[in-house]
Amino acid sequence: MDAHKEHIKLMHKYLDGDLTKEEELVLSKHLEECEACQKHFHELNRTIALIQSTEQIAAPLHFTENVMKSLPKEKKRMKVIRLFKGHPFLVAAAVFFVFMFGGMFSFWNQSNELVVSKTDNLIIQGDTVIVPEGVTIEDDLLIKNGNLVVKGKIDGNVTIFNGKLIEEEPSQDQEGLMASVGEVNGELKTVDRIFEWIWYHINEIIQKVFAM
Amino acid sequence: MEHIVKERIKQVKKGDQSAYREIVELYQNKIYQHCYRMLGNVHEAEDIAQEAFIRAYVNIDSFDERRKFSSWLYRIATNLSIDRIRKRKPDYFLDAEVKGTDGLDMYSQMAASDRTPAEELESNELQRYIHKEISELPPKYRSIIVLRYLEEFSLQEISEILDIPIGTVKTRIHRGREALRKRLRHV
Repeated sequence: MDAHKEHIKLMHKYLDGDLTKEEELVLSKHLEECEACQKHFHELNRTIALIQSTEQIAAPLHFTENVMKSLPKEKKRMKVIRLFKGHPFLVAAAVFFVFMFGGMFSFWNQSNELVVSKTDNLIIQGDTVIVPEGVTIEDDLLIKNGNLVVKGKIDGNVTIFNGKLIEEEPSQDQEGLMASVGEVNGELKTVDRIFEWIWYHINEIIQKVFAM
Repeated sequence: MEHIVKERIKQVKKGDQSAYREIVELYQNKIYQHCYRMLGNVHEAEDIAQEAFIRAYVNIDSFDERRKFSSWLYRIATNLSIDRIRKRKPDYFLDAEVKGTDGLDMYSQMAASDRTPAEELESNELQRYIHKEISELPPKYRSIIVLRYLEEFSLQEISEILDIPIGTVKTRIHRGREALRKRLRHV
């Protein structure tokens, strides 16, 4: 056996794919001459073939389930992050709407107090804002939760939320005929329903976005 | 496939547990089979294969992403299997003959309806014999023979999986082959 030791080593080198050309020649030449080594070599190859003939087996059913169940609990935070990653658009849209409508409704319901963008030269009676005769408002005017009576003149735009423009009865006063009908030289907008209010907001946002 | 695995591992490292499911699904058969070949019975194989996946998950931070995940997983499974073999008490061997019976082992004592596909396979006498011979090899030879000839890893990969020098792998595979040759030559 000892005499074949070197050759057996070569066989293993062959099986590992490490044999050089010269060694291969030495081995094949020896195998032709030596029956014992031939047998040994054959047995080795057959052993490998036998091992490899065993069939494949699959993991038991629910293996993955069982592993997943046995894992330590993950942090709660991850679940939220996964929701974001799984449906980024949906979540972004939901967040957007919540903030937008939330903001608007709270604005709408904020109070029924009268809000006027500027009070200089204006007379306020209860929930009515009066632009007195002979007064000219040069800026834009914004009124929330109030009505507007224009006796004077407004050069800017007028926006009224939750209120309306009250047309004064034309005065019979002759010389006041012209002046008694208030003048709004800018655009007049009256908003008094929630959808219009939303629409107004969206317009504002869009305008702001494009103005940037 | 490697790419998907890398992605999933990154997610798992960030703490996303559900990303691990795909990894388990991908490797479950291979790892279970490996454990079965190392341990020689389905119950321990399931136990150890599960343990291997759990260990990998818990220690995922220590996994170096430049290396192959499958190698790492095989290493965990191999080490756990060898540990189990060492701790095993002889009376737990299902192959052991039951006292007072003639050639009946624990397998024959189990209810027939309890048989899993793996056990059905074992009813094939030759395969059963080969499996038995493999599982009687010393663990350090067994792991290499199984990795090389049943799971078809290269010697280089085996060296990485077991974290031993390639020269050692070669020595062990030579000895393992010789040992099996002696056991199987009469088949």
